[in-house]
Amino acid sequence: MNAGIDVPTIERFGALYIASARLKSMSKWRTIIAAVDIGNPLFYLIAVGIGIGVMVEQGSGTSGTNGIKYIAFIAPALLANTAITGIMDETVFPTIEGFKWRKLFFAQNSTPITGRQIALGVYLAALCRALFSVIVYYILLLAFDVVNFGISILLVPIAVLGGGAFGALMLFAAAKIEKEDQFFNILGRLVIMPMFLFSGTFFPLSSMPIYLQPIGWISPLWHATELGRESAFNYGISTTMVVVHLVFLFTLLVIGLVLATRQFERRLSK
Amino acid sequence: MSNPLISARGLTKKFGDFTAVDAVDFDVAKGESFGLLGPNGAGKSTIMRVLAATSQRTSGTVEILGKDPELFGPLVRAHLGVVPQQDNLDGELTVTENLYIYGRYFGLSKKFISNKIEELLEFAQLEEKRDVKVEALSGGMKRRLTIARGLVSEPDILLLDEPTTGLDPQARHILWDRLFRLKEQGVTLVLTTHFMDEAEQLCDRLVVMDKGSIMAEGSPASLIKQYSSKEVLEVRFGSDRNKEVAPQLATMCERMETLPDRILMYTEDGEKLLEKITHAGMHATTSLVRRSSLEDVFLRLTGRTLIE
Repeated sequence: MNAGIDVPTIERFGALYIASARLKSMSKWRTIIAAVDIGNPLFYLIAVGIGIGVMVEQGSGTSGTNGIKYIAFIAPALLANTAITGIMDETVFPTIEGFKWRKLFFAQNSTPITGRQIALGVYLAALCRALFSVIVYYILLLAFDVVNFGISILLVPIAVLGGGAFGALMLFAAAKIEKEDQFFNILGRLVIMPMFLFSGTFFPLSSMPIYLQPIGWISPLWHATELGRESAFNYGISTTMVVVHLVFLFTLLVIGLVLATRQFERRLSK
Repeated sequence: MSNPLISARGLTKKFGDFTAVDAVDFDVAKGESFGLLGPNGAGKSTIMRVLAATSQRTSGTVEILGKDPELFGPLVRAHLGVVPQQDNLDGELTVTENLYIYGRYFGLSKKFISNKIEELLEFAQLEEKRDVKVEALSGGMKRRLTIARGLVSEPDILLLDEPTTGLDPQARHILWDRLFRLKEQGVTLVLTTHFMDEAEQLCDRLVVMDKGSIMAEGSPASLIKQYSSKEVLEVRFGSDRNKEVAPQLATMCERMETLPDRILMYTEDGEKLLEKITHAGMHATTSLVRRSSLEDVFLRLTGRTLIE
């Protein structure tokens, strides 16, 4: 062998090789990705934020949203949700594809690249997509005058963190399941939709009956939304709760990644 | 064998209660072309996945280039080229993009890969398809590209799992020619196949496998010599009469196999045997004298044909 293969270097940077390959594939879909990731939350922002916002503010002013304009109230949630759906697309589909549909992971794993690096590479690329979409969406929020440029820039990393926490779990779930049809049904109807509606997205979580509030408590979307509101608008949550939100999201992220990398290794070495 | 590149002792792989590979021993020497011949389900692909340093064995020892693939996976895989049974190219990318990305997984420099791609495109006869998306290629072209991809890192050992299954005869011959060139260049080849002609063409030495075990080992010629006669006479009397005449035919040759559609008679001189049959008043509807092949070896060892 005289190709000059440097295994220690691959052991250090393998995940980046995978991520760059994923980004290359993704870039072929960039128009659709941009349209979905930006268009979808933009529709919500206009229809709900402006449309329903008029009614909300006619009814109770901004008393229900701690003095924040309704459109600004929902903006951090929509931003975090953009990150979540973007990351979900880039973890779930490539993972099922990689193990089952086109078996690309097995090709990658026949090189010095390990299962762990494949998992991390897919994840990193998904984070990149989320970051891209969130930044573009944040610029739109500036353009719509929903937020002012400044400390509100924190909305971007917070949204990506929320997406990252959820995405790590999705990476594990997608590597674990064998029958993807049922998985998609359950994921779309029983996870994504309820999470979007019941995470304090369009109204404060506390205004819901107590027995529905736990959906929010376990939802990365709620934690990211609350953090976003606090950082951009001084929403008025306690420091303790800020810590709780951060710890929750980071814990989810770490657990998700540990489980996912282990599952990738396991499934590839069968 | 002194300093084999690959060495397996008691290699066993179980999936739950099912034993896919059962205590298999073999060595592969440098520069050798080594084959695993057997029907589907014999355990060939499972062995290949263990040799590829991806699948974990249940028990036994394996050394590739002196290292245990389970402990030194990335290090061992750096020396291997792997051609899986099912092509796992990225169909959305072009021919060159596939080669390039795969080369990057070995940490190879852009410059090295770019030069290598030209060489590999020529080798795989895909120069004109360089910028075509892989999903638009024919089966034979995809296969050649998968082999080219496996060579991008200049491996010491090329592992080929059923390299020509599913290809038409012309595509197979092109592929054999390419593999033969590699062999001439001194690349160590390990391949699985259920085609006896492929094994005879490409393998210096092979093991015959069935149900997870090795039934015999040797060069194609020595296996044929050991387990079969020089010639085979194939006769057909029509599906109803085959059974009727079988007992009488059995007395006329060393060994005989009655298949559903034809009878195989093992002998040193096929023409002479056919004459004898005709003299005895039996008229075969068709007859064929041929050289013994690995197919006959397999039939002898397992009582079954390779492709059922």
